[in-house]
Amino acid sequence: MTQVSMTVNGKAVSGEVEGRTLLSGFLRDSLNLTGTHVGCDTSQCGACVVHVDGVAVKACAMLAGEAEGAEVTTIEGMAKPDGSLSTIQQAFQDHHGLQCGFCTPGMVMSAAALLQDNPNPSETEIREYLEGNICRCTGYHNIVKAIMAAAGQDVSKIAAE
Amino acid sequence: MPKDGGIGASSKRREDVRFLTGRGRYTDDININNQTYVHFLRSDVAHATIKGIDTSSADAMPGVVRIFTGADFEGIGSIPCGWQVTDRHGEPMQEPAHPVLAQGKVRHVGDPICAVVAESLEQARDAAEAIELDLEELPAVVDMKAAVADGSTKVHDDLTSNLCYDWGFVEENREAVDEAIKSAAHVTTLELVNNRLVANPMEPRVAVGDWNAGTDDYTLYTTSQNPHVIRLLMGAFVLGIPEHKLRVVAPDVGGGFGTKIFHYAEEAFCTFAAKQVGRPVKWTSSRSEAFMSDAHGRDHVTKIELALDADNNFTALRTETYANMGAYLSTFAPSIPTWLHGTLMAGNYKTPLIYVNVKAVFTNTVPVDAYRGAGRPEATFQLERVVDKAARELGVDPIELRRQNFITEFPYATPVAVEYDTGDYHATMDKLAEIGDLSGFEARLEESKKRGKLRGLGVNCYIEACGIAPSNLVGQLGARAGLYESATVRVNATGSISVMTGSHSHGQGHETAFPQVIAEMIGIDESQIEIVHGDTATSPMGMGTYGSRSLAVGGSAMVRAAEKVINKAKKIASHLLEASEADIELKDGQFTVAGTDKSVAWGDVTLAAYVPHNYPLEEIEPGLEETAFYDPNNFTYPSGAYCCEVEVDPDTGKVTIESFAAADDFGNIVNPMIVSGQVHGGLAQGIGQALLENCSYDENGQILSASYMDYAMPRADDVPFYEVDHSCQTPCTHNPLGVKGCGEAGAIGSPPAVVNAVVDALQRAGKDVTHIDMPLTPGKVWAAMNG
Amino acid sequence: MYAFEFERPTTVDDAVKALASEDAQALGGGQTLIPTLKQRLAAPETLVSLGGIAEMKGVCIGDSGEVCIGGATSHATVAAEAGQYPALAELAAHIGDPAVRNRGTIGGSLANNDPSACYPAAALGSNATIITNKRDIAADDYFQGMFTTALEEGEIITEVRFPVPEKANYQKFVQPASRFALVGVFVAKYSDGVRVAVTGASEEGVHRWSEAEEALSADFSADAISGLSVPADGLIGDLHGTPEYRAHLVKVMTGRAVTASA
Repeated sequence: MTQVSMTVNGKAVSGEVEGRTLLSGFLRDSLNLTGTHVGCDTSQCGACVVHVDGVAVKACAMLAGEAEGAEVTTIEGMAKPDGSLSTIQQAFQDHHGLQCGFCTPGMVMSAAALLQDNPNPSETEIREYLEGNICRCTGYHNIVKAIMAAAGQDVSKIAAE
Repeated sequence: MPKDGGIGASSKRREDVRFLTGRGRYTDDININNQTYVHFLRSDVAHATIKGIDTSSADAMPGVVRIFTGADFEGIGSIPCGWQVTDRHGEPMQEPAHPVLAQGKVRHVGDPICAVVAESLEQARDAAEAIELDLEELPAVVDMKAAVADGSTKVHDDLTSNLCYDWGFVEENREAVDEAIKSAAHVTTLELVNNRLVANPMEPRVAVGDWNAGTDDYTLYTTSQNPHVIRLLMGAFVLGIPEHKLRVVAPDVGGGFGTKIFHYAEEAFCTFAAKQVGRPVKWTSSRSEAFMSDAHGRDHVTKIELALDADNNFTALRTETYANMGAYLSTFAPSIPTWLHGTLMAGNYKTPLIYVNVKAVFTNTVPVDAYRGAGRPEATFQLERVVDKAARELGVDPIELRRQNFITEFPYATPVAVEYDTGDYHATMDKLAEIGDLSGFEARLEESKKRGKLRGLGVNCYIEACGIAPSNLVGQLGARAGLYESATVRVNATGSISVMTGSHSHGQGHETAFPQVIAEMIGIDESQIEIVHGDTATSPMGMGTYGSRSLAVGGSAMVRAAEKVINKAKKIASHLLEASEADIELKDGQFTVAGTDKSVAWGDVTLAAYVPHNYPLEEIEPGLEETAFYDPNNFTYPSGAYCCEVEVDPDTGKVTIESFAAADDFGNIVNPMIVSGQVHGGLAQGIGQALLENCSYDENGQILSASYMDYAMPRADDVPFYEVDHSCQTPCTHNPLGVKGCGEAGAIGSPPAVVNAVVDALQRAGKDVTHIDMPLTPGKVWAAMNG
Repeated sequence: MYAFEFERPTTVDDAVKALASEDAQALGGGQTLIPTLKQRLAAPETLVSLGGIAEMKGVCIGDSGEVCIGGATSHATVAAEAGQYPALAELAAHIGDPAVRNRGTIGGSLANNDPSACYPAAALGSNATIITNKRDIAADDYFQGMFTTALEEGEIITEVRFPVPEKANYQKFVQPASRFALVGVFVAKYSDGVRVAVTGASEEGVHRWSEAEEALSADFSADAISGLSVPADGLIGDLHGTPEYRAHLVKVMTGRAVTASA
């Protein structure tokens, strides 16, 4: 067991981990931040996406030890300081960008990373960017739409109801 | 103007807030103090005799609490099957035992042999590797037709063969259908495969068993679509735990799509083992494990023949289907290729004579059961493919051939035992032409040509049957369960309402949509109404969520309970208002005396019910809480018309979906936003089946597509924005909401549209291609194009 | 995963020392290795992360104009910073998905030499020089069959140097599940000739298509290869494509890469 320390959602945290402890396991089991989900074991589904030092990574494909000293943001750290939904979270609710909610944390974290890099993405860019996030419920329609809306685009012309 | 509340409003989903902030509570988020972890040692071969299991080294490994084998389940019940099909000759299906842990033989890759309970999951895995298994491999039974040929190795030695049943429907029509086909002006024949799929909800299955030594009560937390069904099946048939000592909780569940209906061995194991080891036992499936332990879907091989007269009227239809059951009968497996498939073979058409033959077959593969649509996608696919093929053979427009044969008068009794109450198939086809811009296809075709791409248009219709019922009928058909739904409407003293429903939401948005109905009925704000579900301790006995039944059946139960509440509240109001009960009207949360300005608010009436000082105690009891069980008297019949435009890259065979439009008739709509979302998701699953997804086995029974590295899940860039419409509404005539169900339509209606479109594209390019089996991978399309 | 010790050295020297211990294994970005460990298909005693070694990260231009990429540089960084070699940057920008590109490294990819990976095609197609803590290895000598390379035990890829061609392009036809290359072709036109490297197709891993190289060296156009055919012998056949289909795709993707070369 070794000690790891990092900053998670703005708070300094540390804990004892094994060498093999994944970042996803550290977040879920040691910190009880269960919003980061594990949906596969081949690092493809993206339910576990978090931000490490400002970029999106799959927390199930990174060891906790590799995040030593890092700034980590999880879905629990995405709301506004007053607890209300952030622009992206609100857009997901407004446009029905989630159903069962299991892939949602990863989707939101990927969407946030995309908009950070590319504040005004096209539909095609959004769809390509989500290559590593699988959703089984929504058919992606409303996820893509929500991200476009979060970027400030007019989505009223996109088929809805 | 869109409504801002009640029935017909696109109310935003209240459950989203917790899911968007990481505060959902899924089963894997539940950890109980002092819990242990179980790892299942599963068979890595498809078929073998277990000659020996030596756990002596493993028992001594660090952290091991106890290792279980099949021997620990001697005398424990078999995982039960919930539907008994009767074959063509009046004999019951063959029904093998399904032990919790393998006994004597293993019958598919993934069949659990040992369960290692340890202090940590990794310790359990370490110990599992130290177990010495002596397995004597047997030939694997994989191909269905070979499985039922004489001399085949048997999956179950105690059965007479690998044939579960040979079902004929309607058996009395058999000769007439044969005769009609023999004398037809034209017969179109198609042989096809409905590919095996894995449901793949994004949340893998999880079970946590807990036992209270003080009370002898058990609790199972599980990823289920129907906790009461699990309690009944596991308690009564497997473990012998009476229901009052067994609580089953299905908290937030990350998608189901059918595969979380069934009672699984892992649930029974964790519940059983919790008492045996005296500590909670937790199992979390990995995705790789899910591929070999979640029940799969589809996997039919079909020959279909459509007979037409000289005027292109359909005169008869005959099908022969081999349906894979896998190695054991999963909970509802026998019903899928029969009552959920054969009864739908009329589709939207007035074909007078239909005969459906289904041979259900045991193989050394993972059990196959319901997956979104369950039987109805298989029916729709073969029917809409053969109609399309007939149109091409006859040189007539595929849409016109369909329209010519549409059922137009309702109610309509089909020759396959169901009666459609309502529908308007021309209306949805008209709507499809509009939203799919079918008249603009030629221009788009030209534009694709300029880019060197082959464009195709595929159109099809579908009909489905949802809200399977009534219970007494399905009982005659072999169901071993009732198919009602329940709800308790509990009005609290201050007027807020808790609705305990037997339906279960795992993405469908019940927590938002169900309150819209109650809000509409009473005229109070939706925020005053809460839906409670997923826990046998809080909800009345209910059958759960599957088969697009929640609103049609569960919602109806809720309406019935709410009506009882309102009737009682009116009695109280009439007392408070000193008026005749018959004169009391409820609107906008106010009880008024008709024709006067006398009124009393909802909250005052509810308070009176619980503080009955001024109250007719001699006539009615205090309190305001009612329960209803609703058992529908028919299925509901959603229908629609779908179209898909594809482009095929002639160099690589790659198919891209350029557009997809869906015009559905779901009857009345409670929340249009949620309905659209349900259709979107179904379409992606149907497109996935048509182009990407395939659970493939080799001849040794090894799964070739056992992870996301080889099982192609639809991604965001595989699908377009969809055009969906549900403005064509012929309300259901027999449930109080007039709703039909929308959960499965997208997955049922979309695969034939995609395949029809690809065939259209290739034929327009002069290729002699009449069919390609799903999934239409680039390699298969390229091979078909190049002879 | 089996238990292992985890080390995160900050210099190449320390990493080499750590890797000298019994059953030690290097960890690049982990995007292949960690899933492999989860499946218990590898059992290192010690896992030595190369992610903390600053001297192995970054993109720069060498003395002869070659693009030099530190072995621990992520795909995302290459995509963003290797603009002097646009085809390489573009290839890096389409490996895996965004989250994978933020972790996965060029050194990790080349050391693993997955037969369907993208980077081996770029390295072989450019005849890059693979620089390790011990020596310089030409790409032509480096790739030795699927999952096999010239690397010795404990040897670390510290840098990869790509000579910049006049024109180049990479065309990937993705396997729909894994999104690795079902077939990927990297074409690079240098002053002394054209190189064509193929990934995803062969049971031997990444390889050059010498007939196409010859034809394209004479005439750098898609037409120049129209008369060639790729034999299906030795190509991969699986549920995603037959050897014949892969052979066909090699030619199609090569033609597209030539046409798209810039």
